[in-house]
Amino acid sequence: MLAYAIRRLGQSLFVLVLMSFLVFIGVFAIGDPIELLVNPQADEVERIRATAALGLDKTFLEQYWVFLKGAASGDLGKSFVYNVPALSLILQKLPATIELAFVAMVMAIFLGIPLGLVAGLKPDSLVGRGIMAGSILGFSLPTFWVGLVLIMVFSVNLGWLPSNGRGETTLVAGIPVSFLTLDGLAHIAMPAVNLALFKLSLLIRLTRAGTREAVLQDYVKFARAKGLTQGRVIGVHVLKNILIPIVTVIGLELGSVIAFAIVTESIFAWPGTGKLLIDSINQLDRPVIVAYLLVIVTLFIVINFVVDVLYSMLDPRVRLGGAAAAH
Amino acid sequence: MSDPILSAPAGPLAETTPGAKGGVAGPWSRFRADFAESRLALFGLALLVVILLVGLLAPVISPQNPYDLAQLDIMDSKLAPGERSADGSTYWLGTDDQGRDMLSGIFYGLRISLGVGIASTVFALAIGLVFGLVAAYFGGWVDTLVMRIVDIQLSFPSILIALILLAVLGQGVDKIVIALITVQWAYYARTVRASALVERQKEYIEAARVLALGQARIVFRHLLPNCLPPLIVVATVQVAHAIALEATLSFLGLGLPITEPSLGLLISNGFQYLLSGKYWISFYPGIALLLTIMAINLVADQLRDILNPRLRK
Repeated sequence: MLAYAIRRLGQSLFVLVLMSFLVFIGVFAIGDPIELLVNPQADEVERIRATAALGLDKTFLEQYWVFLKGAASGDLGKSFVYNVPALSLILQKLPATIELAFVAMVMAIFLGIPLGLVAGLKPDSLVGRGIMAGSILGFSLPTFWVGLVLIMVFSVNLGWLPSNGRGETTLVAGIPVSFLTLDGLAHIAMPAVNLALFKLSLLIRLTRAGTREAVLQDYVKFARAKGLTQGRVIGVHVLKNILIPIVTVIGLELGSVIAFAIVTESIFAWPGTGKLLIDSINQLDRPVIVAYLLVIVTLFIVINFVVDVLYSMLDPRVRLGGAAAAH
Repeated sequence: MSDPILSAPAGPLAETTPGAKGGVAGPWSRFRADFAESRLALFGLALLVVILLVGLLAPVISPQNPYDLAQLDIMDSKLAPGERSADGSTYWLGTDDQGRDMLSGIFYGLRISLGVGIASTVFALAIGLVFGLVAAYFGGWVDTLVMRIVDIQLSFPSILIALILLAVLGQGVDKIVIALITVQWAYYARTVRASALVERQKEYIEAARVLALGQARIVFRHLLPNCLPPLIVVATVQVAHAIALEATLSFLGLGLPITEPSLGLLISNGFQYLLSGKYWISFYPGIALLLTIMAINLVADQLRDILNPRLRK
C-alpha cells in the first residue's frame, strides 16, 4: 500500500512537471502580453522597463527555470493584470467553484440514484421509459444552452431567480459560502441545476444498468425467497452491490464537474476559478493560466488517488498496484 | 458528408427492405432488421438524415444568404419570429441584431457544426486507429508508451484540454479541428487496442502469420476489419461529443471566428439580447443543436445494442 502510494506520488509529480512545461511552451506561444498590458501611449523606455519588471526580457528557458524555482516554494508568479500572486488569486476563487461543484454533485446523486433504481426495476413500465427518455435528453442538451434557457425562463420571464453572482455569503471557517442564506440559495439554484443535469443523466444510466443486472443475480432471488420485504431487498442487497461502480464514477466525475464549471460560471457570472480562467485567457494573463492548470491538475491527481483507495476499501476483490504478492 | 460511419446506417431508410425479415438473411440485412426494431432509433435516424440534408443543402434551401451583406437590411434587426420584413418576406424564426434571418443562419450554422464535428472525428479516428493497432500488435514498450499517454490524457476532462489548446492556438476552423482531434484520438486508440488484443489471439491471425504475410498486411487487412464494430459505436457517440464541444468552445468565444458562425456562436451572439426578452436569437439555434445531438445519440444507442455480441439473440 505504502509502496503503491509512493509510486503514485512519483508519477503524479512527473505529470505535473510535464504539464507545466507543455503549458508553459503553449502559453509562451500565445503572444506578447506587453501589447495588452502597457498603455498604448507609453514610449519605448516605458515598454522596456515594464518588460523587464515582468521578467519577459529573459529567454524562454530562463523564464521556465524561474517559474520552476518559484513553484517549488509555492510561488507561481504574479498576475500581470491584478499584480497579486496568481496562486492566491486562484485559491481565493476556488471555494466558489468547489461549492458549486459540490451542490451540483449532491443534486445529481440524490436524484440520479433513486431514479435509476426505479428505471432499472421497471425498465418496461411507462415510468421507467420516461426516466430513460429524460436521461437521453439530459445527455443531448448542450450545458451552456440549458443555462441560457434557465435564465430566460426563471430570470427574464418569471423573475424568480437572479441570473448572476453568488448573492449573500456567510463565513464558514473563514470561507465564504452561499448555500446558508436564502439569497445565496436563490443564486446557486440555477447554476447548480445547470451543472448537475449531465451528471444526473449519467448516474441514472449507470444505476439503471447496474440494477438490471443485479436483480437477475442469485443472491437477490435468495433474499426474495427468504421472504425479505421488497424495500430491504432493494435498499440493502441490490443497492450495496451496485454502489461500487457508482462511487468510482462519482469520484472520477468530480474532476469533470469542476472543469465544466468553467462554462456554467461564465454564463451565470459565478465568481469562481472557471470565470477567472476565461478572463485570464482573454487578457493573456500567463501566470494565472499556468497557475490555474497546475492547481486543477493537482486537484485531479488527489481526487483520482482518493477514489482508487476508496475503491479498494469498498471492494475487497480489488488489489492496488496489481502486485499483491508482497503480502 | 461521405463519412462511412454516418452513411452506413442510412441504408435502411434510403431503401425499402423487402424480405429483410425471414428468409435467408445476410449479415447486412440482419443488421438492418435489428436496427429497425427500435422505433425511437428509426426516428433518430430519420431526423439525422434530414439534418444532414439540411446542412448539405443549406445554400440551396435557405431563404437568404445570411452572410451576403447586400441581402441584409438593418431595419429588419431583432424582429420577433413570424414578423414580416419591409419587402414582405416572413422571418419564421425572427432575425438577429444584424437583421439576418435566423432560419437561414441556423441552416448555415448547422453546416459548419456538422462539418467540424465529422471532419475532426474522421481524422481522430484514423490517428487513434493506427496508434491503437500498433500498440496492440507490437506490445512491449510501444504498447506501454502509447497507453500511458492515452491514460494521462483521458484523466483530464476533454473541455479543459481543448480550452487550453485553443487559448494557445487562437481562433479558426483549422485550429478547432486540431483541438477536437487532440481531444478525441485517445478514445479510439483505447477502444481499438482493447478489441485488437482480443482479436490478435485468434486463429485467423495465426493463420496469416503462418502464411508469412507482411506485418502491415496482417494489421490492416486482417486485424483492422475485425476491430471495427466497437469503433463504429464510439465514433458515432464522438461525433455528437465533438459537435457539442465545438459549440461550447465557440460559445465561450474560443472556437470559431465570427466569420464562420457555427450554432454555438449563434447562441453566444444571442446571449446579450436574452435579458431584454429577445429569446429567439439564442433559443432556436440551441434547438437545432439539441436535435442534432439527440438524433446522433439515438442512433448510437441502437448501434451499441446491435453490435454488442453479449446481447445477441
